[in-house]
Amino acid sequence: MITKRIVPCLDIKDGQVVKGVNFKGVRAVADPVEMAAFYNESGADELVFYDITASIEGRKIFADVLTSVASQIFIPLTVGGGINTIDDFDRVLKCGADKVSVNSGAIRNPELIGEAAKLYGDQCVVLSTDIKRVDGDFHLYTDGGRTDTGIDAIQWIVDGVARGAGELVINSIDTDGVKEGFDLELLDLVASKVSVPIIASGGAGKMEDFAELFRHDGMDAGLAASIFHFKEVNIGDLKKYLRSEGIEVRI
Amino acid sequence: MIAIIDYGVGNLFSLASSLKYIGVETLVTNKKEDIEAADRIILPGVGAFEDASKKLYATGLVDTLMEQAAAGKPLMGICLGMQLLFERSFEYGEFRGLGLVPGDIVPLEGDISPDLKIPQIGWNSLKFEKDDPLFKYIKEGDYVYFVHGYYARKGEYTAATTSYGTDITAVVRKGNVCGTQFHPEKSGSAGLNILRAFSEQ
Repeated sequence: MITKRIVPCLDIKDGQVVKGVNFKGVRAVADPVEMAAFYNESGADELVFYDITASIEGRKIFADVLTSVASQIFIPLTVGGGINTIDDFDRVLKCGADKVSVNSGAIRNPELIGEAAKLYGDQCVVLSTDIKRVDGDFHLYTDGGRTDTGIDAIQWIVDGVARGAGELVINSIDTDGVKEGFDLELLDLVASKVSVPIIASGGAGKMEDFAELFRHDGMDAGLAASIFHFKEVNIGDLKKYLRSEGIEVRI
Repeated sequence: MIAIIDYGVGNLFSLASSLKYIGVETLVTNKKEDIEAADRIILPGVGAFEDASKKLYATGLVDTLMEQAAAGKPLMGICLGMQLLFERSFEYGEFRGLGLVPGDIVPLEGDISPDLKIPQIGWNSLKFEKDDPLFKYIKEGDYVYFVHGYYARKGEYTAATTSYGTDITAVVRKGNVCGTQFHPEKSGSAGLNILRAFSEQ
């Protein structure tokens, strides 16, 4: 059977992993290549890199980091952050990314999804969304979750899949950072509307949260950052636990 | 030296890097003489069959590939590159492959439960159907990374399968010609070990 995937996310700024300090024992390690190697060793199924720099210089450093990871780590790499044009897709794919995640760039220009899907295939285009409840509806947020677009998030996702998005990252702003579990209400709703793989993000605080996620139909992957970076959850232990709970994982 | 055929389909960075990582010399090329000089050939590929098939025929390298395969040189297709080894594909029409392996490429849709997502994206385990030199450094049950919406049904030349609502040809073998539906260059240590075995085959 196909396995459920565990996906650590690394936010990169100026060549360093943000929140990566205290990553490895007493030594402060925020080097993305070293962290990627550690995650690869501990059984991560895929890595997501977000470029949170905006400067041209930062972009260059990010490209070097990505190239360096991609030439040493042989699992799927997804790259997001600052993807606004086909040139941006091209730029990160040339550095070794396998999939490219679009968020605000697709909100500004929804055609980007279809253009990229046509050029690189649906499997390459990951639609990432930041979603928050507003008066009982799910609204799509932009600018790293700071701005309410007023757009109905579920409709946006359905349209995005129709345009050619091959995979979804669903990040719940309501549960993000709360560490009390994924936003299953939102995720179930999304799963009932689309049939592409769903990567759930926001809210994981402990191993049980992943087991609970994967007991829900249509959930393919769980993404988290700080709980992995700060070693609150070890991916190797998490996978052993999930397997003991009857959930198929790659060990 | 392994020649990786560059016919304008997909990104060859990871494949070349992974072979370099295990110490295998590679050349990404679209030149006849490089392919003839190589010890082994890899035909990569992502995207849609029609586009890839057209691009491959447009390179004028098909005759060279057929000659080299007929001469006994090890040839491995990866993902869409594996599918191109077959006779025909029914992805958005009916298109001609190289015909080095008998059989067709058909949609997952209709063959598997509608509850399963298409394409299959993710890690799935291998079941060996035969012995194969590619399995020298891996074991049955090892996980590899798949991304595909079309597939070859289990047949005479299927060396390994994976289960996704049905038996999917994961590794195919006919003499010196072989192929993997999954991406060995994205399949962690199991994938590297398959590439290593191919480089020694």
